[in-house]
Amino acid sequence: MTATDLSVPPPAVAPPGDPGKPTRRVRLRGWRLLGYAALVLAAVGLLLPFYWMVLASLKTNNDVFTIPITWLPDPVVWRNYLDIWQRSDLTTWLRNTLLLSVVVTFLQVLTGSFAAYGFARVRFPGRNLLFLAYVGTIAVPWQSYMIPQFILMSKLQLSNTLWSIVALQAFGAFGVFLMKQFYETIPEELSESARVDGLSEYGIYRRIMLPLSRPALASLALLTFVTTWNDYLGPLIYLRSPELRTVQLGLNTFISQYNAEYALIMTGSVLSVLPVAVIFLLGQRHFIEGIATTGLKG
Amino acid sequence: MWRNTVTGWSFILPNFVGFAVLTLLPVAVLFYVAFTSWNVFGVAEWTGTANFRRMWGDASFWTALRNTVYYTAFHIPLTLAASLGLALLLNRKLRGVRFFRTVAFFPYVTSIVAIAIVWNQLFSPEYGPVNALLRAVGVDDPPGWTTSSTWSMPAVIIVGTWRYMGYYMLLFLAGLQTIPAQLYEAAQTDGASAWQRFVHVTIPGLRHTTFFVTVLLTIESFKVFDLILLMTGGGPGQSTLVLSQYIYQKGFEENQFGYASAVSIVLFAICFGITVIQFMVNKRGNS
Repeated sequence: MTATDLSVPPPAVAPPGDPGKPTRRVRLRGWRLLGYAALVLAAVGLLLPFYWMVLASLKTNNDVFTIPITWLPDPVVWRNYLDIWQRSDLTTWLRNTLLLSVVVTFLQVLTGSFAAYGFARVRFPGRNLLFLAYVGTIAVPWQSYMIPQFILMSKLQLSNTLWSIVALQAFGAFGVFLMKQFYETIPEELSESARVDGLSEYGIYRRIMLPLSRPALASLALLTFVTTWNDYLGPLIYLRSPELRTVQLGLNTFISQYNAEYALIMTGSVLSVLPVAVIFLLGQRHFIEGIATTGLKG
Repeated sequence: MWRNTVTGWSFILPNFVGFAVLTLLPVAVLFYVAFTSWNVFGVAEWTGTANFRRMWGDASFWTALRNTVYYTAFHIPLTLAASLGLALLLNRKLRGVRFFRTVAFFPYVTSIVAIAIVWNQLFSPEYGPVNALLRAVGVDDPPGWTTSSTWSMPAVIIVGTWRYMGYYMLLFLAGLQTIPAQLYEAAQTDGASAWQRFVHVTIPGLRHTTFFVTVLLTIESFKVFDLILLMTGGGPGQSTLVLSQYIYQKGFEENQFGYASAVSIVLFAICFGITVIQFMVNKRGNS
């Protein structure tokens, strides 16, 4: 375009299609606004229960259910956050849950990625059949084999110990599956040239694959941690003694004990969700990647 | 070859030992226990098909099965629609898309215990915000939700959909991103409307994702348990009793491990059968 072009007078009659342009832009903007409106509506619907939870935790018991609903606490009752520590074993629950989540995550990431390397890069007879057994069990609902599993754990004397939850969660097929998906995206030539250089398979895993798979390891670690933290059914079946209770179990017993203390129950809920919320917000990209890679290629 | 086998197994073994003992073995044992009469203390006594014959005449079992199908029949289409809708909205170049994705995924990562408590408060018939809202828009006699045997299942389905739609949205988003942009451009130059582009480009492009999501959703729906246990405990009456919970009741509360295992086999067979059917349908659609 040169400057002279600008001086050319516009044609008296616009070519067909042109007048449509501005209206089309307006329509596009309209759609955009509608999109935002829909998103905001969805976000409110998704977040409102959490807002209610935090709100109720800062009210007095009598204020939790008032009509009309008060959407801002008045007065703000911070005391609830002190009271709950005195009236429950929150410290024990948190300690147990943290211990379990860390140990399970560590074992799952370690053994899962190790096994995944075997499945992804070492060729040996029976490998595919073995992997099929892993994938197959993902489709089997846990509830359908929790009974024989419980009998077995009881025979192994693991029931009613924290070890039972470690055993239950640490060797799942999920970690193997996720890591294998990731390893298969790393070019084979990389391992080939390392082999030529005299590196053993263990060396390749340790020196090449592990450092390269950091994002996938982070995804797996975060997903495992959060799943173990939030697990309710496993601890419900296996952890019978009060001193072994996890946050989820403890919270639920707290509810049955203090069922009219609405505000305090909500305080406990907030505190049980808070660690996961922080971890999730810090690592949300890894969560999304982990779900997206395992989800799609299944 | 031999060396490879040893190396391969050495990688897999640390995980496989745990996996074999705690997952494979129990799955195998299940098929034995289901044909026995067994509690924790006694010896398993082979009773043949007695457990299955008992199930046939067990009204509670049929109620649990019917309720599970009820949950599934509504949870699947609702979650599919909600998660696909969210994914389509979030696949556009809008400001704050990442924030919205995080928001949508948040219910999925938070604890089911906390979620059940909060929703039970929200659904509280007299003072809960849900019914307050319904009254405000002119519903004179809003539902009793978890206190009513008609409305307890819908309440649970609403919470289930709310909780899981973010997860499936992520799968749909990943699927949407694999559809080539050229297809949309080509459709646009051919004068296809937004709706036509959705029907002729997006829907076919998401075939594999939709299939996979449906398989996952079906299994997830059939094994629904902790949400219901915590929200309604299966009640009022048996209005929300589902298969998983019935297994739990018979096994862990009544010590009838043999019978509970027989019910487990039904749950397993349903999930397995549906997965196989879905795979076959998908294969036929592909060819």
